This record gives sequence, structure tokens and C-alpha cells, in this order.
Amino acid sequence: MTMFKKNPSLMVFIALLAIFTLAVTFMSEAYGTGALSTSFVKTLGKTLCLALVAIAMDLVWGYTGILSLGHFAFFGLGGYMIGMWLMYARTEIIVIESMANAPIPPTPSEISDAIGTQIFGVVGSSDFPLIWSFAHSFWAQIALVVLVPGLLALVFGWLAFRSRVTGVYLSILTQAMTLALSLYLFQNDSGLRGNNGLSGLQNLPGADAISQDNISIWFFWASAFALLLTYLIAAFIVSGKFGSVIRGIRDDEARVRFLGYSVEGFKLFVFTLTAVIAAIGGALYYPQAGIINPAEIAPIASIYLAVWVAIGGRGRIYGAVIGAAFVSLVSTYFTGGQAPDISLGFYTIKWVDWWLVFLGLSFVLVTLFAPKGIGGLFDLITDRMSPNRHGVPLGPDKGSLREEEAEK
Amino acid sequence: MSNTGTLLEVSGISVSFDGFKAINNLSFAIGPAEMRAIIGPNGAGKTTFMDIVTGKTKPDEGKVLWGELSRNLIGMNEAKIARAGIGRKFQRPTVFEDQTVFENLLMAVKNDRNPLKVLFFRPKFKDLAKVEELAAEIGLSDQLERKSGELSHGQKQWLEIGMLLAQDPKLLLVDEPAAGMTLGEREHTTDILKEAAKTRAVVVVEHDMEFVRRLDCKVTVLHEGSVLAEGSLDHVTQNQDVIDVYLGR
Amino acid sequence: MLRSLIAACLLMLSCSFAAQAQDRTIQDVLQEHAEIISQSSRRTIGPAIDAIAGSGLPAAQDVLQAWQARDMWQRTSDGLFFKAERIDSSTYDLIDFATGESVGAATKDDLEQLKPNSGIRAMIGAALVQFQLNAPDPDLRREALLAIQRNGEAAHLAPLRASIEGETDPAIKTLKETAERLLTISYDPDDAARVEAIEGFKGSLSLDARAALNPVISTKILPAEGLSEAANVKRELRAGSRDLSVEAAYDLLVSAGVIETQPSVSERKAALETHVENGAVAGVPLADLNTQEARDRAYAALAQEGFVPAFDPNFTMEAAVTGVSFVEVYDEPSQAVTGAAEGTLASINRAVGLNQFFDLSLDGLSLASIYFLAAIGLAITFGVMGVINMAHGEFIMMGAYTGYVVQQIVPDYTVSILLAIPLAFAVTFAAGVAMERLIIRWLYNRPLETLLATFGVSIALQQLAKNIFGTQARPLTSPGWLDGALSFNDVVSISYIRIAIFILALIFLGVFLFIMKKTRLGLETRAVTQNPRMAASMGINPDKVNMLTFGLGSGIAGIAGVAIGLYAKVTSELGSDYIVQSFMTVVVGGVGNIWGTLLGATMIGFLQKGIEWFNPSNTLAAQTYMIVFIIIFIQFRPKGIIALKGRAAGD
Repeated sequence: MTMFKKNPSLMVFIALLAIFTLAVTFMSEAYGTGALSTSFVKTLGKTLCLALVAIAMDLVWGYTGILSLGHFAFFGLGGYMIGMWLMYARTEIIVIESMANAPIPPTPSEISDAIGTQIFGVVGSSDFPLIWSFAHSFWAQIALVVLVPGLLALVFGWLAFRSRVTGVYLSILTQAMTLALSLYLFQNDSGLRGNNGLSGLQNLPGADAISQDNISIWFFWASAFALLLTYLIAAFIVSGKFGSVIRGIRDDEARVRFLGYSVEGFKLFVFTLTAVIAAIGGALYYPQAGIINPAEIAPIASIYLAVWVAIGGRGRIYGAVIGAAFVSLVSTYFTGGQAPDISLGFYTIKWVDWWLVFLGLSFVLVTLFAPKGIGGLFDLITDRMSPNRHGVPLGPDKGSLREEEAEK
Repeated sequence: MSNTGTLLEVSGISVSFDGFKAINNLSFAIGPAEMRAIIGPNGAGKTTFMDIVTGKTKPDEGKVLWGELSRNLIGMNEAKIARAGIGRKFQRPTVFEDQTVFENLLMAVKNDRNPLKVLFFRPKFKDLAKVEELAAEIGLSDQLERKSGELSHGQKQWLEIGMLLAQDPKLLLVDEPAAGMTLGEREHTTDILKEAAKTRAVVVVEHDMEFVRRLDCKVTVLHEGSVLAEGSLDHVTQNQDVIDVYLGR
Repeated sequence: MLRSLIAACLLMLSCSFAAQAQDRTIQDVLQEHAEIISQSSRRTIGPAIDAIAGSGLPAAQDVLQAWQARDMWQRTSDGLFFKAERIDSSTYDLIDFATGESVGAATKDDLEQLKPNSGIRAMIGAALVQFQLNAPDPDLRREALLAIQRNGEAAHLAPLRASIEGETDPAIKTLKETAERLLTISYDPDDAARVEAIEGFKGSLSLDARAALNPVISTKILPAEGLSEAANVKRELRAGSRDLSVEAAYDLLVSAGVIETQPSVSERKAALETHVENGAVAGVPLADLNTQEARDRAYAALAQEGFVPAFDPNFTMEAAVTGVSFVEVYDEPSQAVTGAAEGTLASINRAVGLNQFFDLSLDGLSLASIYFLAAIGLAITFGVMGVINMAHGEFIMMGAYTGYVVQQIVPDYTVSILLAIPLAFAVTFAAGVAMERLIIRWLYNRPLETLLATFGVSIALQQLAKNIFGTQARPLTSPGWLDGALSFNDVVSISYIRIAIFILALIFLGVFLFIMKKTRLGLETRAVTQNPRMAASMGINPDKVNMLTFGLGSGIAGIAGVAIGLYAKVTSELGSDYIVQSFMTVVVGGVGNIWGTLLGATMIGFLQKGIEWFNPSNTLAAQTYMIVFIIIFIQFRPKGIIALKGRAAGD
């Protein structure tokens, strides 16, 4: 297959992911030595999901040149959709259990009212909003994980691409969409519990007997599998003619148009597909995180997503994976309080306080001096060279590759 | 004018930018297998004319009728017009510099442009043969796996012409194909264009009179957005209006 | 002197008592009513208070005040009344009312305190109002009027009316007349007078008028049957309509005793629970009782055996209330009065609506000024230079913190603000120049990379501010002369600080236009942004121009920060709250045109206020809808309100 021929890294990635998954399994508390704590397994599982959404971001930005600042919103929406079922189903079990001792068995409407009170009590309501109509059904919510972010991306993308908003304008527009969505969810009457968000998602309905040790490793497997699939899909997309066209759109979309390709259609396809991928990532991430609230969707999260891809090296799929995994794990380490403080004598640098300053500045440095990001390190091994174009990027469009990012 | 009918008819189009009339009531027609050169001083509206035909610029008035069905192209987007059979080569070579010559050509080869079809597209034997054939024609057979950004200026021009031919258009709009080419390269370019004009219409916008002479075709002189003269090169160069425009009045 | 003035006033007003007042002392009046005073009963005390208040004697006010304050004591030995001041736990100093002088001490055993209850004290208070209304000190009179406005009562009406004629201060006279009309509406027994007073408030914006009128038109809903002929009916209602829900109608009928109440779902469930026998209720097994139908069956069975009240399973509230007509009846019996009140309120509401529109416009204008201030720096860096600076918000924040630091050093708020403005400009100018030199100039024509690099700066600056100033909000206090609000009437008002921000925005617009159109820097900036190569070949140093222009844009952001800091709390997130809106403002307005930015800010400001008006409790929703609106707006005008046309726009 051309996919493997064109991406020699693909086999390496599959092998590494397999080894990593096995290693984590054998060090987990559930199936191995217990060297890795359950919470750390969860962190690793979440990291895989972030790598997954980073691949989506790389497809849309690194390959198609659309700097979307909205993909983390799709990620969050996916989390909300699965969270609704998790919360409903688990509350239903609890409610039925607690009502089992009543002198008279409850009617369905009594159960439903009790669940509503349980879930929406925090926002002073007890009625189920319309958007919870399918919350009782696992499969319906799974479908919504794909449908809701997919439709949002489709409608938004159709509007934006149709009017040929490009470059930073599109970025600002996507950022505005993200802000609008998060502000909407912050309201108590949004139907999704306002800033309380959805919680208790780590408890799978009906799986109370199973320990979190096992559940965490299952989710880890699922995340690894989803990452693998996403990686394969992304490699498939970028290796063929479709990849040629979207890279053409990234570098010079007017030229693609004159070749007879409907640029809007391709952009819309990539935008929607990556939104769906992001949503699936979110649906796997939030059950491991346990809680989702509107702050997760705030525009800054989507910018961070772009930052991961840039630090990893955009325009190469493994770059996105490395960037997301590296930055999020290092951030967790430094902001989690485990990192030792540095004493300068007159001042003690607390990483919790200074990590973001450090991250921000290092990001500036990466943009300025290492456009290839961490992925660039692999070029040293593989002898990949950049062309010498005297500073001219590879196309007239804003999202085009810079000479340092390109391959000779 | 060819007696087999007209392929493209531009009638009465005008367009102005902030009061400046770039095209002024321009009418113009071209047959299905015809070579035509358009010349004119700077600002005569040559490039704007191409922009209008390819859908990049919307004219203030007028019609652009296309093909046997005389479909109006005004209001269609660039991609649709390109799919209808109008290919365009830009003044400066624009190829996808991050991609190989092969990828550039394969992208241009006439095939279904629908995103889903493109996604599951796998080149068939005839597509590969077509790419090989075009590469041979433009002299890039040895360069297929090179990134097109590394090609010389002239090679990029040819690659772009190759991409244009790969689209199999009924009409080629070529903007200054010979700019920046050596003499040998120019001759080669002339040959490619002449060959193409046997089966389709070719419109060449050019400054270089020598190049136009070598094309040996009907010439249309544009001035201030409308047709000043039309005929063979010798004919138009003897036209007093044309001499005035080119040499100053 | 004071006393005699009061006396003079009273003399003029209450001439009927004047003759008697000549030779009588206040003690005589008190003694006349001694019996009822010491009886201290609300029902009978009226004449005594009236007599004291109406005596026209200078000491009357003192007596009433002392009485009200429970400082009036009666000497048991002779029954005389005195004001008593406590010396120690058992002895009191007695003071004569008429002279105001001490008449010697007395032991507590000799005295009896008068303890008026709250009802009596209120009556005394009402009597006292007339004294205050006629007090020579205008401030006292205003106070009395305020007291009446706050807690008017029927008893105030007469003294108030009496005091109008003698009022010399025209402003207070107007106040008195208004107060009199308000009291008339609420308490005058004469309907004609009330109607007249009500109609006097047509088109008025006064809150008090609305407060006085609303009780007049208060209504209650009753079943139409058995209504008295005299009832002042507002309208007829049907159950299930917008103003009368089926449940409310049902409750009305139940409480009116028209229909008998049916046991509710929960009552029936409770009844079932009490009749569980051997795991079944009336023969229906418990396990089957998990549907409403089964429960109804079981209940019906119980009812048949007479254990519980009967329940009609076909009963619905709808059926119970259909065909019953209801009426909404005014509490106020007089139709003339309610009619006038409705008419006047309608006219008041129209006037209020109009003025609310003005008020909303002022709000929109001030919000627009804030957005404009926040966006104007961006209009330079993004609009003119095409550089997207995500740290722009943090420059605003830096300006605000500069203001805060200056206020820590310079305590005078006026001076500190005047100092803070140039200083904030200097600080952010320097920051902008540094950022341009170090980062942005390497990334010209790479806007997406610029976006991400400046975002890095943005998070670093934000965290830095957190590390230095902490996470809690820091105050930036405006000078005293900016406190308060300019109010045009009860509805339309605008705070001075918003006016100042509006003026500042105008100044900025002027400065921007001046710099861009009239100065060398403006000319060079325009030249460099339009064609850098050509500008360079004409001897302009594009590096320097870019640096200065970027510095200017950033510096303006700093000043905007001081202004926004006065209006909002200074936190490290101050900037990020405005950044998206600022970009929106520039994009909506049209890039590269300051008038566009102005229009964009105006549109967004007014729009947000307009949306908030529809749903005032929810500013989050307003912002959401506004952003959605902008996204749709950009569909139709992708290049903003004022778009560059032709070839200059570029493709």
C-alpha cells in the first residue's frame, strides 16, 4: 500500500504504540506489577486521547492550512455527549436502588423525576431539557458524539468556507465560535448544568463491582486503539491524491481552484472529519478525567492544541502525537507540584507558578528558531533536509509551509 | 474565425476598480481549435480578461458564453469553470512546490474532482500512462520524483503547462508562458502550445513580439480594456492605431 | 427664637385654635385629656393627640416627641405631665414642657411612665409630620417629605395639604404638591380627587408615581359565579389561557368551595402505603404497583370499601374548570379610579419605555466606547500592519496594572490617574517595541505563526502578572469627581466614569486620525504597509516604522487598560476578557479602516445591550448570541462593514 510506502514512520509508530501499550499493561495495578499507579495510567490514557485530537489538528492545520481554534470545542462536545449518558445511566441505577426500599415500587415517571432532581438539582431545576431526550440510550448518545460536533462543524465550516474566510480571519472566527459555545454552556439554563459541568463520569454504570484499576486500563486500551485507528486514517488521507490536494490548498488554494477542485468542499470535508475525530477523542478522554465543564472548551484550550502540534512539528502526523504527549505530560509534571523547586538564594522558583511563563516563552522560541518542532530531531536521524529557498515559504497562502518545515 | 462555430464568446463585458475601467465593453470570440495571441500595452486589461473568464473577477456587466450550449460562465466559481474545460496558466509559474512533479501532474490529470472520490482514488494504469506521456512532452521524465520547488524557472513553467494539458481543457488561457525562458526553452514552449492548439483552443497573452511571431496565429490587440485591432501579426503591426498605442502618440 | 417661629407658623395655619391658645399652657391641654392619655389605648387616644397637635402651642412638638420616645412621665402626686431625664436608676429629673426648664428631681416611685404602644406611636408620628412640614429649616422639611414618600399614610394627607400654601421655597413646594398627589391617590376617600391626582401623573417617569399607582390597579381572580354586582371587574378570563393556568383555576374553584378536591397523585400514593396488607393493596400485589394504572385500580378498590376518599379516575383538572368563567376584579371598588389609573399607567409605561430606550442607547454607547478603546490599538497593529497580536489583551492588562502600581505610590487619585496614563503608554510602548524587535519582525507575512508566538507571550505575561500581583482582583480607584452619575430623570442616567471613557474614546479617535493623516509617522506607516519595497526605496526605514507603529498600537492598548481598569476590576485575566471581542470589532468593522473599527464597536456594543434587553438576567446568553450574530454577519460582509475595494484590497 502506498500509505506504508509513503510513511515509513507508520510501522515504527505502530510498533512503538504496541510496545507502549503492553508495557503499561504489565506495569498496571490491574494486570501487572503495579509499578504504575491507576491515576498515572489514567493520565497516560488521557494523553493518548490528546495525541489523537492533536492528529486531527495536524490534519486540519498542518496539512490543510486551516488554523482552527475550535477543535478542542469539538473534543469537549464529544465528552459532553458521552457524559450525558454516563451521568444519566449511573444516576438511574442509584435512584432505582434508593427507591427499591420504598413501600410501593416506583412508577417510570417517578424514577425519571428523581433522576432529573438528582442531576439538575445543582442548577435549581428538576426537569429534563430537550437535549437530554436520548440520554437514556447508550447507542443514541454514541451516535450524538459523532453527529453533534460533526453537524456543528459542517454548518460552521460551510458558512465560513463558502464566504472564503481564510487565514487569521478564519482563526478568529473559529475562536469566536468556541467562545460562544463555552459561554453558552456556562449558563445554568443551557441544559448541561452550567459551570458545574457533568461529573462522576469515571464511574461506569453498572460496573461498581469492577475496580477503577481495571477500568482505567480498559480505557487506556480503548484510547490506544482509537489513536492507532486515527493514525492509520490520517496516514491514509494524506498519502494519496487527497493528501496532494489538501497540501495544495494549504500552500496555494487559488491554484487548486483553477485545477477544478472545489476547495470549499475539501476544506469542509477535512474540517468536519477532524471535528468528528476530535469528538471521539473527547468521548474517550472525559470518562478517564471524570469531569467535564465549560472551562474545558474555552478558546485557550484550542490554542494549546495548536501549540502542541507546533511544538511537535506540524505537517507530520507523528509530530502531532509527540507534541501533544510531550507538552501535556511535562505540563502535568510541572503543574502537579512534583517538580522540585529551584532555589536561587534570593528567590525560589516554584514550578507551579513559573511553568506557564516558561512554556509560553519556549513556545515563542520554538516558533522562531525551530519551526520543525520536536519532529525536527528525527530529521537528524533520517537525513531529511530542508530546501534552501532564502526564506521564501512554499506557497503564497498564509498557512503554507515555511522552508524549514518542508522536505527537500 | 473558425467556421466550426465558437467555443467562447465574450460579449460586452465591463469591469471597473474604484472608477478605473479595466475592461470596457469588451467583445471577443474564439473557435474550438484555434490559437490566438492577445497583445497589448500594460494596463490594457489582458490579465483582467483572463480573471473574468476563469471566474476570479466578477464583471459589472456583460456575458461570457461557453461551449455548444452557450452556457453563461458569469456567476460560476473558479473550480466549476475549470471543470467545464477552461485551463489557466498564470504569469508567474504556480506549481505546488512542496510536492513532486508526479504529484503535481497526477493532481491535474482529468478525473472526478469530488472529495470522496479523490479520497479513495488510486491511480489506474491510464492515469500513470498519461502522467508519463505529459512528463515526456514537457521534458521532465527524469524529474518525476523531485520536489517541484527545486525545478528551474523554465521547468516550472513547463510543469505548469503540463498540468494544464493534463486537465484536458477545451480552452487554454496562457499568461506570458515564455517569461524568463532561454531561447531553447522558448522554442520548446512554442512547440507544446502549437501541438495543443491542434485539438483545442489556446489563448496566449504575451508581451514578446518575437514569441508571438513564432506562434504564427491570429492576434488580438487590447487597449484600455477593449479590442483595438484583430488579424495576423503583420496586419496588426501595420495598423496605425496599434503603432500609436505602442510607440506613443 | 426657633420656638417662636414655629409658633408663628402654627398660628397662621391653625387660626381656629388661635383664640384658645392665647392663655392656655400645654399642661392644660394635657390635663384636659389626662385620662385618655394615661389610659393609652389606640381606640380612644385620637382626640388627645389632635388636641395637642392642634393646640398651637410652641411646646406641642416637644410633647409629642417626648411622648413618642417614651420620655413623658406623669407625676402620681398631682397628675402633671413632664419630660423626664434619668439621673440614676431611681431618680429622674423633671422638665417642664412649656419652659423647657427643670422643675426638680423626683423618685421613680412618684412617677409613672407613659408607654404608648406602636400603634399610638405611629399616630403621634403622623401628628408630628405637620410640625416638620412647617419647620423653618428647609432641610427638615425635605426630610419630612422623604419620610412621607417612604411610608406615606392617610394621616399625613391633611397636614401636608395644609402646609402647601404656606410653603415659600418653590422647589419644596413642588415636592409637596407631588407628595400630596401621591397621598391623594392612595388615601383620599373622594374618588374625584383621586382621579384628578392620578391623571396628573400622565407621562410622568417618577418611580413614586408608579409605586402609588400599581396598588390601585391590583387585582384578584375569582370565579364569576356569586360575584357581587358592585364588583369592579377588569375582564373575564377562561381557564387555560395565558393569564390563568388550569392548575390555578382549579385551585381557585377548590378554595371557593365550588368543587370538591380530588386526592392528588401523592396523596393517593400515601393512602396506598398506609393500606398495605400482606404484600398487597386491596388485592393488588405490591410488585404490580409500579404503574399509575395499577395504582389507580388499587385505590379505586380501597375507595369502594370506604377506606379512602373517593377518586374519579376520569377526573382531569381541565374537565373540572371548563365552562367555568372567571373574572379578574380590581381590589379598588371605584371604576373611575381604576380606569384613570390604567390610562395613566399606560401613558407612564410608554414614556418609561421611550426613556428606557434612551438609557439603553447610553449603555450601548458606553459599551461601544469600551470596545473601541480596547480595539483601537488592534486597529493599528492588526488593521494597519496586519500583525495579529494575541498578547494585545495582556498589554491592556499591563496598562491597568501600571495604573494600580501608580496608585500605590501616589495616593491622590486625580494625580495618580493623570500620571498613570502617560506611564501606561510608556510601559506598553516599550513592551510593544521589544516584542516587535524580538519576535514579530521575524514573522512578517506569517500571520498564523505570529498568532501562536504572540499567544506564547500572552500566557507568559498572564502568568507573570499572577505571580507578581496574585490572583485576586486589584482595585483601580477613580478620582472622586468621577463618582456618581449624571441622571436626566428616574430612568435615564449614565455614570460619569462612562462619560469619561466615552470622551477618552473620542480623543483616541482624534489622535489616531491625526497621527495617521497628519504626521510623518502616519504617512510612512501607510507607505510601508501598502508597499514596503517601494517605501524602502524612497528612503523610509521600514524596520523603524514598523517598530514605532507597533509600539504606538501597544501604547494605546496600555492607556485603554487604565480606562478599562477604572471600569472593571484589574486581574491578570482582564485582557483575555476583551481580546476576542476586540478582534471581532476590528474584523466586523473592516480591516485597515478606523471608521470601520468605530462602526464595528458601535454595532457590537449596541447589539450586546439590545440582546441583553430582551433577556436582562443573562449576559452570558447575550454574548453567545452576539458572537453567533457576528459569525453570520461575516458571511454577508466577509471584509467587514467598510471594505477596501478594488485592487487595493488584494486577493
